[in-house]
Amino acid sequence: MLVRTDYLTKVYSLGHSLDVYERQAQGYQAARKVLLTMTREQVVEEAKKANIRGRGGAGFPMGIKWSFMRPHPTKPAYLVINADEGEPGTHKDRTLMELNPHSIIEGCIIGCYAIGANVAYIYVRDELHLSKERLWGAIKEAQAKGYLGKTPFGKNYPVEVYVHTGAGAYICGEETSLLNSLEGRRGEPRLKPPFPAQAGAFGCPTTVNNLETIATVPAAFMLGCEAYSKLSALHHIADGGVRLYGINGHVKKPCVVELACGPTINELIYDIGGGILGDKPLMAVIPGGSSTPVLRADEVVDAPDEKSPMHAWHGKNVMDVPLGVDTMRGVGTMLGTCCVTVMAEGTDPVLAMLNLMQFYHHESCGQCTPCREGSAWLDRTVQKLYDGNGTTEDIALLADIANNIMGNTICAFGEGTAMPALGFLKKFKREFEEYATGTRTKAQARLTVD
Amino acid sequence: MAFALSPERERELQDILTRYPTRMAATIPLLHLCQDQNGWVSEEIIQYVANKLDVPPAHVQGVVTFYTLFNQKPVGKHQVWVCRTLPCALRGAYGVIAQCEKKLGIHVGETTKNGKVTLRTAECLASCGTAPMMQVNKEYHENLTPERIDAILTKLQES
Ligand SMILES: Cc1cc2nc3c(=O)[nH]c(=O)nc-3n(C[C@H](O)[C@H](O)[C@H](O)COP(=O)(O)O)c2cc1C
Ligand code: SF4
Ligand code: FES
Repeated sequence: MLVRTDYLTKVYSLGHSLDVYERQAQGYQAARKVLLTMTREQVVEEAKKANIRGRGGAGFPMGIKWSFMRPHPTKPAYLVINADEGEPGTHKDRTLMELNPHSIIEGCIIGCYAIGANVAYIYVRDELHLSKERLWGAIKEAQAKGYLGKTPFGKNYPVEVYVHTGAGAYICGEETSLLNSLEGRRGEPRLKPPFPAQAGAFGCPTTVNNLETIATVPAAFMLGCEAYSKLSALHHIADGGVRLYGINGHVKKPCVVELACGPTINELIYDIGGGILGDKPLMAVIPGGSSTPVLRADEVVDAPDEKSPMHAWHGKNVMDVPLGVDTMRGVGTMLGTCCVTVMAEGTDPVLAMLNLMQFYHHESCGQCTPCREGSAWLDRTVQKLYDGNGTTEDIALLADIANNIMGNTICAFGEGTAMPALGFLKKFKREFEEYATGTRTKAQARLTVD
Repeated sequence: MAFALSPERERELQDILTRYPTRMAATIPLLHLCQDQNGWVSEEIIQYVANKLDVPPAHVQGVVTFYTLFNQKPVGKHQVWVCRTLPCALRGAYGVIAQCEKKLGIHVGETTKNGKVTLRTAECLASCGTAPMMQVNKEYHENLTPERIDAILTKLQES
């Protein structure tokens, strides 16, 4: 169901200053209340009730992640905010940094207090210059008011927030790669364990939260975390609150919009996105960033078993299932970053896959052989098919390469490459075969709607 | 003359160093400062950064080669990055790239003969909702049309 909300986006059209944030959006009241009236343990317990599923892609419950942080006898703790926003199709975090930077700073104050940190680093990809400028501006304003610094809101609990930048590497969005990058190293993911909560930034206990995850925290504490969770249509399956939804690709009005959790893809396309360009029929959707497997317009939920959590939607079109972390898993894909890429009928799925395989080939950090060689090989093999030089064996080879990456790598980039590859191969088998047999050629291939 | 940061950038570095528990953490920020000043990261800059931060030159070299945004050789005065990834491609990014190549008379990865413009493609720049898009130096240009692309490139070639 489509329910528009404005907890995060109210100030988008009003201004990004501290003054606007305080006057129009009850800014910094949640942080004040938390620091002055709650213990750290109470904050974590309350946060769990918000059912905030991580907004960075994996959907891990934020409150539970905070509860992993244990005070260390000698080492400080760090809060690290992931604003690397590089997953193709994802364009939501940037709007928060540009248009509501204070929600992020306020979220950092609450987050630092909850996990026992005195410093938060916001890791922003270098290209987002305006975002960095707005964040620094907000930090300066909050410092001047005494909301950051040695005694925020008069409480003896120092909090500092710094912006750190990368230098152009998608992999730095992976949390352990990001930590290496923050430390001034090559952004190569680390083997886990140890997990960041044990040994993260500078070898100290660390929580990594996505930027939107932290920005939604003040709203949750302002409303009361349970009430916040209940805003969602998926509260009953522990997927709470409100989120930013992005819609891009072949829709008339691409945008970012704030909604209560649980709209359907069809609602996003037709009620928010204004329908498909040229009023074409829908071909397929990538639900939440390029690493989430593609869904076809004619796919139907198959869950005849009454005990299946998906049974409520049995027989329905996948585009009419509410978007949630577990519901998207239930239809064989992932919610990911909640930014939907829409492809109209007429889009060439082989060229679309080639485009994405070029991306993964370019971005593999190269540490693991299956990922480094596999991503290159996938790229080359799709290119060969697309160029008309492939055979049906090459289609089988593509699936083999992808399957050999799965589960054999240090980080989830491997799965993020293999899963979308397998998705395209399975769902657009006919088109791949047409390329292999020469009944389809690149001369007619289009990605745009003319 | 040996490379040294300008006084203003030197002050910024001192500020940056206060933010982290280690000096090594300033590697990427300092490399950005150097590249802002020099346009690219030379051997000499690698030495300079290593000395400043008390880290081995090989460490700095390793960082420079890992990240796409550090130029390992001289580039044009202006940097044009056109996003080529799927959401932008669905909105015409391939046409944008072709138009840039034609207008500038170079291929992706090259610099115009007069040294004014380096053209490159980028992977998703978090603007998929305002596609197609390109980044020119530090600025984003979104919802591109052929007319706007033409105007932007003309201005760059004249400046
Ligand atoms: C290859 C790769 C890229 C990622 N990129 C991002 C990113 O750009 N932003 C982000 O928040 N999380 C990204 N993640 C997920 C992070 O590793 C991590 O799960 C997340 O920042 C945790 O925050 P959350 O629990 O609030 O979602 C990426 C993961 C992988 C494997
Ligand atoms: S899976 Fe790929 S990106 Fe991740 S560590 Fe291995 S090589 Fe690097
Ligand atoms: S694909 Fe171009 S900005 Fe995302």
